[in-house]
Amino acid sequence: MLPRKISQSVSAQPEFNVSRRGFLLSAAATATGLAIGFKPLSGHAAESTSVNPLAAYLEIAQDGSVTILSSQFDMGQGSYHGIATLVVEELGASWSQVDVRGVTGDLALYGNTAMGGVAQITGGSTSMVTSWDRYRMAAATAREMLIAAAAADWNVPAGEITVKAGQIIHEASARAAGFGTFAKAAASMPVPTNVALKSPADWTQIGNPDLRRYDRVGKTKGQQDFTIDVKLPGMLTAVMIHPPKFGATLTAFDGSKAKALKGVVDVVAIDRGIAVVAQDMWTALKGRDLVTADWDESKAETRSTDEILSEYRALAKQAPQAMARNDGDTAGAMAQADKVIEATYEFPYLAHASMEPLNAVARMSPEGVLEVWGGHQMPGLYQYIASQIAETTPDKVVLHILKTGGGFGRRGVPDADVVAESVAVAKAIGWKAPVKVQWTRENDMRGGRYRPAYVHQMRAGLDKEGKIIAWENHIVGQSIMDGGPFASMVQNGVDPTSVEGSSTLPYSIPNMSVGLTSTKVGVPVLWWRSVGSTHTGYATEVFLDEIIDAVGADPVAYRLALLKDHPRHAAVLKLAAEKAGWGKALPEGHSLGVSVHESFSSYVAQVAEVSVDGTDIKVHRVVAAVDVGTAINPDTIKAQIEGGVGFGLGAILQEEITMTKGEVDQGNYDTYLPLRIDHMPQVEVHIMPSTESPTGVGEPGVPPIGPAVANAVFRASGRRIRTLPFSKGMTA
Amino acid sequence: MTKFTLNGAEISLDADPDMPLLWALRDHAGLTGTKFGCGLAQCGACTVHLDGVPTRSCQTFLGDVEGASITTIEGVTGNKVAETVQKVWADLDVPQCGYCQSGQIMSAVALLAENPKPSDGDIDDAMSGNLCRCATYQRIRAGIHEAARRLEA
Repeated sequence: MLPRKISQSVSAQPEFNVSRRGFLLSAAATATGLAIGFKPLSGHAAESTSVNPLAAYLEIAQDGSVTILSSQFDMGQGSYHGIATLVVEELGASWSQVDVRGVTGDLALYGNTAMGGVAQITGGSTSMVTSWDRYRMAAATAREMLIAAAAADWNVPAGEITVKAGQIIHEASARAAGFGTFAKAAASMPVPTNVALKSPADWTQIGNPDLRRYDRVGKTKGQQDFTIDVKLPGMLTAVMIHPPKFGATLTAFDGSKAKALKGVVDVVAIDRGIAVVAQDMWTALKGRDLVTADWDESKAETRSTDEILSEYRALAKQAPQAMARNDGDTAGAMAQADKVIEATYEFPYLAHASMEPLNAVARMSPEGVLEVWGGHQMPGLYQYIASQIAETTPDKVVLHILKTGGGFGRRGVPDADVVAESVAVAKAIGWKAPVKVQWTRENDMRGGRYRPAYVHQMRAGLDKEGKIIAWENHIVGQSIMDGGPFASMVQNGVDPTSVEGSSTLPYSIPNMSVGLTSTKVGVPVLWWRSVGSTHTGYATEVFLDEIIDAVGADPVAYRLALLKDHPRHAAVLKLAAEKAGWGKALPEGHSLGVSVHESFSSYVAQVAEVSVDGTDIKVHRVVAAVDVGTAINPDTIKAQIEGGVGFGLGAILQEEITMTKGEVDQGNYDTYLPLRIDHMPQVEVHIMPSTESPTGVGEPGVPPIGPAVANAVFRASGRRIRTLPFSKGMTA
Repeated sequence: MTKFTLNGAEISLDADPDMPLLWALRDHAGLTGTKFGCGLAQCGACTVHLDGVPTRSCQTFLGDVEGASITTIEGVTGNKVAETVQKVWADLDVPQCGYCQSGQIMSAVALLAENPKPSDGDIDDAMSGNLCRCATYQRIRAGIHEAARRLEA
């Protein structure tokens, strides 16, 4: 494996970096809220054949090393490994020669095709969706170009040459060469069109359950470099003081005592707060303690979360502002119902709380090129924002994309928060040195961009046979898309990320309405691993369980009866139930709960086995069945579902961000409580065999765990948890 | 000037004795394998061995390690337990983002050095101070059991 060095030179960037079209579109999207229609680009095979893959997607060096240029960002979910798998398969490379580097530039090359190709974004679990054809085609085309170069040199027919495990081979003349030998010649070969992709029967990498991640060894030796590890000559470290409440602004500050400290270089105010710039992190932290500041809170959010949620509760009882779905005549059917069941579910703000607190590094070269190192999840947008702050043009901004210590959505921020800070601070000190802005855990926890708080008001009408004839779901909470570069995604008052999962509920119910009331609150919010489904999955699957309990039906059988038109949901539900031993005897005190949910076109069912002792919940085992189309990396799929279960379980058990008079109560992991090993259940993952196109796996493991556990807890204890987290709901 | 043994070699660091060892290692000794996660000994990403004992370097002050022996993830080469743990971690594909894994491995190595055959309860006790936001816990647990098995063999 080739060590990934943090480059200190601009030349490490590919030559095609930043096309005019690329940044203009990003700029337009930012400045005007240009419509971003999520229409898949058609014909990217054609696009690939017109592009030289040996310039755009792969660099093959004279030493034979292959560097894959990834349009998708890796925050730990394994997107680099997934893309590398596609390339190794079609190129015929050996894993030992392969490395991956994040790249940004021309949207025709790197735009996310699952989002219409108009932006380079990693999100919505689409890395494999956008890469599946693009990188296989690029690698297959590159393979043909290597073959053509070898055929010309050896004077043999190209059709007699094969490529395998990093070797170009002509068996008849007993000749073989590594990629390096023909790297240069291949790059200038004509780009062939209509290259055939391997048939699935010939795959050795795709679908191989024994494959392990290419980047795993460095991560066991402390050798994986993250943004926090970037070190540049003369680099300074800055720590931030942010406003104490969201929306407060700085009126005055005194940094003189901090500046008197040896090693503190400067204390500067930028738009987003005050930065203490020092020779090292510890000195910056000591300096920060000596800074005093006055804030204007007249425009700040000063409410407590209790007040905000009680407002939501009241709104939930009123008519929705907008309708996301309206099948049949819900009100009419509800009036006819033999029995009406009603419940309110409440969801707190949640922090991403990634292990690597947010950070970025900025450096301006004497030639006026700005370099920014970081976890650039939306690089085109970040490039544009950085250029605005630096008062230059996006083509003068080079982004170095690093893997990050987690992300879960937090590195894709419409205002580029920490990235913007690094540029603003470097600018504020006159560009005299590279600057790393490193947030503390408290900066990160109190930095906003939370999963929004929501209230779901649910109502169902049943007929005499216990059949659901009406289903009403009113969602109250903040819009994630509103007011930013994605505002045009909000159509007819409906932000799709607020309602996804509820509006796409698969159950056959003749009269269904899903309404939305979007609230205005001064707390910045963001997508958080599985976005809308984090709450809609819980509200719908727990409420359905309440109905099933009321009619005395079996939770699996009742769901299956409602899923006749949704075979992929039904299949994973059946598989999970079967593997979990649904209906069979359990250890004393143990109960099962089930849920099924589709997010990002992947289908996941989970069965949780729990026991309850007082208010203590123990989740012993989780059986998951997943349908993600073609399984590219079975082991990565399993890892993502295991991790998704742990991530989602921590959230429902005891994570919440609360505010008292506008100030965030939680600051560190002593008060914000992700799952630890002692609460991790045994997770079993079963992958549905499929020949469908691959879908995502980073997020879809999260939504089903909450309702599966909640439904099991109800069966074990008779307690229905309608307020999250459980630590609150169990005692309420 | 603080003198101590770092990964088997004598070192003198001319830095504030009140500086947490974490920042001394990262910013002054140039060893970045040890990670910053919380600064409050809540997450374990900064775990190193101080005279063989797993220790949160973010809450250990440079001045307090005078004369001590510190081992970081960069210094475990040649340690049979550590190399076994690292190999198992790779074989089981434990890391996802990998940010917490230096700390996880340092805690796991210390556990196995003291307790060659830990039970699930022992693992919970020894490892619950190490957060993994990717929740790789199932593989961490399996990895510790597998390393114990290989070390016994």
